[in-house]
Amino acid sequence: MNKTRASGRTVGGLRTLSLQAPAVTLLLVWMLVPLGMTLWFSLQRYNLLMPGMTGFAGLENYEYLFTDPALWSAMGTTLLLVGWVLVITVVGGTLLAVLFQQDFAGRGIARVLAISPFFVMPTVSALVWKNMMMHPSNGVLSWVAETFGLPAVDWFSSLPLTSIIIIVAWQWLPFALLILLTAMQSLDDDQVEAARMDGAGPVAIFFFITLPHLKRAISVVIMIEMIFLLTIFAEIFVTTSGGPGLATTNLAYLIYIQALLNFDVGMASAGGVVAIILANIVAIFLVRMVARNLED
Amino acid sequence: MKLTRSLPMATLAAAIASASQAQAQTEITVATVNNNDMVIMQSLTDQFEQANPDIKLDWVVLEENVLRQRLTTDIATEGGQFDVMTIGTYEVPIWAERGWLAAFDNLPEGYDEEDLLKSVRNGLSHDCTLHALPFYGESSMLYYRTDLFDEHGIDMPEQPSWEEVRDWAAEIHDPDNETFGICLRGKPGWGENMAFVSTLVNTFGGRWFDEDWNPELDSPEWQEAISFYVDLLGNYGPPGASSNGFNENQALFSSGKCAMWVDATSAAGRIFNPDESSVADQLGFSQAPVAETPKGSHWLWSWALAIPASSEKQEAARTFVEWATSKEYIELVGETEGWTSVPPGTRTSTYEDERYIEAAPFADFVLEAMQGADPTDSTLKPSPYIGVQFVGIPEFQAIGTQVGQTIASALTGDASVEQALQSAQQATERTMKRAGYLD
Amino acid sequence: MTSSRTPLSGAKASSSPLASPQVRKLVLTVLGWTVACVIFFPIFWMVLTGFKTEADAIADPSLIFSPTLESYQAVQARSGYARFALNSVVIAFGSTLLALLIAIPSAYSMAFLPTKRTKGTLLWMLSTKMLPPVGVLVPIYLIFRDLGLLDTRTGLIIVYTLMNLPIVVWMLYTFFKDMPKDILEAGRMDGASTLQEVLYLLMPLTLPGIASTGLLAVILSWNEAFWSLNLTSSNAAPLTAYIASFSSPEGLFWAKLSAASTMAIAPILILGWMTQKQMVRGLTFGAVK
Repeated sequence: MNKTRASGRTVGGLRTLSLQAPAVTLLLVWMLVPLGMTLWFSLQRYNLLMPGMTGFAGLENYEYLFTDPALWSAMGTTLLLVGWVLVITVVGGTLLAVLFQQDFAGRGIARVLAISPFFVMPTVSALVWKNMMMHPSNGVLSWVAETFGLPAVDWFSSLPLTSIIIIVAWQWLPFALLILLTAMQSLDDDQVEAARMDGAGPVAIFFFITLPHLKRAISVVIMIEMIFLLTIFAEIFVTTSGGPGLATTNLAYLIYIQALLNFDVGMASAGGVVAIILANIVAIFLVRMVARNLED
Repeated sequence: MKLTRSLPMATLAAAIASASQAQAQTEITVATVNNNDMVIMQSLTDQFEQANPDIKLDWVVLEENVLRQRLTTDIATEGGQFDVMTIGTYEVPIWAERGWLAAFDNLPEGYDEEDLLKSVRNGLSHDCTLHALPFYGESSMLYYRTDLFDEHGIDMPEQPSWEEVRDWAAEIHDPDNETFGICLRGKPGWGENMAFVSTLVNTFGGRWFDEDWNPELDSPEWQEAISFYVDLLGNYGPPGASSNGFNENQALFSSGKCAMWVDATSAAGRIFNPDESSVADQLGFSQAPVAETPKGSHWLWSWALAIPASSEKQEAARTFVEWATSKEYIELVGETEGWTSVPPGTRTSTYEDERYIEAAPFADFVLEAMQGADPTDSTLKPSPYIGVQFVGIPEFQAIGTQVGQTIASALTGDASVEQALQSAQQATERTMKRAGYLD
Repeated sequence: MTSSRTPLSGAKASSSPLASPQVRKLVLTVLGWTVACVIFFPIFWMVLTGFKTEADAIADPSLIFSPTLESYQAVQARSGYARFALNSVVIAFGSTLLALLIAIPSAYSMAFLPTKRTKGTLLWMLSTKMLPPVGVLVPIYLIFRDLGLLDTRTGLIIVYTLMNLPIVVWMLYTFFKDMPKDILEAGRMDGASTLQEVLYLLMPLTLPGIASTGLLAVILSWNEAFWSLNLTSSNAAPLTAYIASFSSPEGLFWAKLSAASTMAIAPILILGWMTQKQMVRGLTFGAVK
């Protein structure tokens, strides 16, 4: 930055401020302006399709939101979705990392194949799963089931949330794999060798050496994925549109219904505010817990 | 408002542009759905640009749901991103009432406004003035496989009843050989399953709202209609019926997996085309089935081209819209793409054209269905709204989609019909209260 | 990387004859490839379907068919791929560069001159990402309309920069934090200014981290679908909008959808494959000590 600042090194506060200023200010603006508008709109009667019907509404939007049975179900769905995807990707990612850490023929190419889903657009992966994998009559999965003489599963009708979880987990598994694999590479081989000499089997080694070593990496995976999974939208929009019933309506989708089907900006804003509060609760409890893991 | 403000600027800009360039081109942005008829329109861009060298077309082609949300956001906030919008009979009267659409008054002589089908014209008018011009129109009818019906010795009457349809579906249904008794829409959405379900409820004698806007979703008529629908489609339909919309059913029917299908008349051209359908030779048509009353048993829909009042390129946009909905355009498609591909359901002259009648044996059925649908009188008991398969109020998009979801959950068996309708009724009451229709 | 494995497994061979190095390697090879193929299968199938006719695409799954470019031609005839792809490239790389420029100083100061507010600031930055975009669509749309940013690449670049900024700052912070402090100290002794410190000492050391942060930001921007669909119409529309015009037309569309999807993800997939090693090294988020 500025050369004269070199002398101000001891006054760390000032320089810190000036260096962080661009990012912090921009994010503040990015957050506060829409947030301010969202807060303001959430207290207004404001429907895009009803010009003229405007005015201060007080807490009416919130009242409608909180008496909507769909809200609680959407919160539950959000948590279920995040929770299951996390479990699948972390457990699966760890196992895959162990596997791809082993030496085998063509490991490099196999690894590249396994991480590929991470590069695919969420909309495309949802479309591919919906139309080519899970389609009840043209899908590959139904064909596989029929080949083994099993009844074809009608994925999006009978197992809607499971289907979404599968698609999202497929996208995020490679991410977990990438990070855990990186972490695995710094595992001390001598330690493993010593344990093996002491007669520890592969299972014991995994639980007592590998897993503790991966603790930090797993925390990171959980935190980063959580940020993205809380606002999952495209996969639901493309496949089930939140249904059947409310089976796959998460908070983001519920807000979408208000904002872009009803064009009820007031209500959607109230939903947005609730989502921000929920996000911050999660941030305070979980991210902090994880972040503590990352300290030292 | 925005128009008057920006018009001088636009004129100025245009003047500068034309001064520096001998031939100034106006570029207009046309937003449309990715349906086949619109894709053909897009492919004829060159023809239009050659005839109108001063206009250049810029296409935005999106999937229906995305397009709808995109256009509504834009027009309601006066974003001014589009000069021509593809919208339907649901949006046109609502948007026109808010002054968002340019009126199509004094259309040129050659356009022949009187030639447009009356029901479609009414659907696209506000205060007796057209606010969008119809690109294609559709009603609904019953498609069936003549070979299967012959095999089972069934004769299709002039006007089948839903009970008959159920009996035939039960008789023909043969899931082991991938032949399903009936295909119907199950995919949730106000324009998907609810379009069909609304016509079914109409013909069972039900309605969405009573004259004071009280929702009637828990009425006996709805119970009866929805139970019938869930039984029929659940027992004799294809697997995964709850995720089948219009496109999915069309694919199923044209690959020979359905014995019957009740859906849009606009599908006829394609399932009758041997290149795209394996059942083109065995295709039979009939009017949409009825139950208690013929009223509202088949729907009326039209995709139309409209010009936002905020567009700064009204003249060029108008030239394009008039071209794309003209007799000449229909002629052009007929000659270049074949007569079964012409946009149906807009003009009487299409149905009088020998070439079309010869190519499309279903023409009569379509015309009859289109003319028979009356959006202003579609329910047995009187109702306060306009629309056969929808309710012409802005709140309906959200209501229809929510109710569509609960009905889909009844179809998959997640909820009983009674529970589903109960919660649909409550949700609708909430929305109507919030919108100020009810106290 | 793990050459020391082989002798280890040799030691274990005594306990079970099956676990001889060759057998073990064979089993691992089969297992590894099976897993990789299962995970990759949907992508493979999509690419394959793009080369089928529409009729073949909905027929029973089969690897034997006569490949055709029919669908690619149909897709190309409908909307030019190049325009969308160019927008995607400009927007993804533009926003990534901008985000890096803004984030590097900030991450630098957080890592090297932490205060007691640093952790809080970082967490707050991350929490801004948890707000569903759809909740603020209307406010943003109104602002963009008034600033004339609708349907401009600049508009999307701004949105993506801000959208990715928290992640970028976080990643860089963890990288900078893992830098050996004594090198910087040595630099300071020599009287290096902050700028010199960053340019000559920090940059070379953290380049892998900056590169993989950038790659991640490019991937996230390329794949973002909500803002790009809602804030663009034609001039600035990227590949996500291209996909939205093929996602459910009337009639048979599986082959065309596959062809369009393949074209939309191909550039980023290939970039990902090429830089995969680099990414693995950089994507640690401070998870590796």
